[in-house]
Amino acid sequence: MVKDFQSLTNFQLDALREIGNIGAGNAATALSELIGERVDMGVPHIDVRHFSEVPEIVGGSESFVASIYIKISGSAPGEILLLFPVEDAKQLLCILLKEHSILSRQTFDPLESSALMEVGNILAGSFLNALATITSLKYIPSVPGFCADMAGAILGAVLHDLGIMGDHVLYIKTDLRFQATKHVGGYLFFLPEAESLETILNTLGVNS
Amino acid sequence: MGEVLKVGIAELKVAKAPVNLSSAGLGSCVGICLYDPRARIGGLAHIMLPDSNQARNSVNKAKFANTAVPVLVSEMLKLGAVKERIIAKIAGGAQMFVFPGASDFMRIGERNVDATKKALAEEKIPLAAQDTGGNYGRTIELCTTTGKLYIRTIEHGEKFI
Repeated sequence: MVKDFQSLTNFQLDALREIGNIGAGNAATALSELIGERVDMGVPHIDVRHFSEVPEIVGGSESFVASIYIKISGSAPGEILLLFPVEDAKQLLCILLKEHSILSRQTFDPLESSALMEVGNILAGSFLNALATITSLKYIPSVPGFCADMAGAILGAVLHDLGIMGDHVLYIKTDLRFQATKHVGGYLFFLPEAESLETILNTLGVNS
Repeated sequence: MGEVLKVGIAELKVAKAPVNLSSAGLGSCVGICLYDPRARIGGLAHIMLPDSNQARNSVNKAKFANTAVPVLVSEMLKLGAVKERIIAKIAGGAQMFVFPGASDFMRIGERNVDATKKALAEEKIPLAAQDTGGNYGRTIELCTTTGKLYIRTIEHGEKFI
């Protein structure tokens, strides 16, 4: 039984890192097809941190970010959170919507938030497909939710569900970068519930 | 600007003037500020869940509204605060994401605010001011010299309560 995320062995973390690798690779390919440009992916970073440390990972509690949140139900429930710094989200929208006035505003109109939610849908869907293939488990993504605000506020709202389990959170973070003229970076967080992690590790045969 | 103690998510801290207390990026979480105006002692808890009884792991008292308030009070008393003088100001409890057919789970901000008020009432601490709800994040700073709570947002301005 995985009592706490902190008790995971290096071997188990490696297995999860590999899932992150394949999942994020699929997500990058899907996004590349959507926007018709090359998308590069950084090496996935998997880590276990205390709640209070998580906002620092994305540039601090107060940094202004755009986020897409998807809840996963099925045999291994969890959450996927995509975070883009606001400037990066705007660049991404420029590529998607071919509209340069987007860059002049800080806020997101309904068309823009809708476009970003669709990006979230595609990324989460392809990530979960990879996960389903590897683990033979069923994952059902929810409709995406959108929010542009302080990173800490968004993370707090997403992490509370995992907070029922313990004080630490396991996440797989992947950078997605676009080979456009401009650099766009973002984060994909995969946040399995503690019991889901157990289920996933069992199907991978790495649960001690 | 004097010294400011930062209180992260699921943490709580106490301080004596002139040291201020702040919490950045409160979303559905609630920042519970307690203050003894005479002793100029403040406490701030950044809670993320309403009730420790619903949690499997409730070791961290600062994470829950019902357990954070009593701990915050006792920490303040250790610094020299007097229970009868303590007042409360709270901020946060927003609903950051809106989903169609949102379940109970999504109303966590509201539930955090309700649980906070209940916990304060149980300790007989009057609620002097609040800035809660909405769909946006807040950064707060409790001035332990004046008892004023400063609230800053990205698109909804700033204020003192």
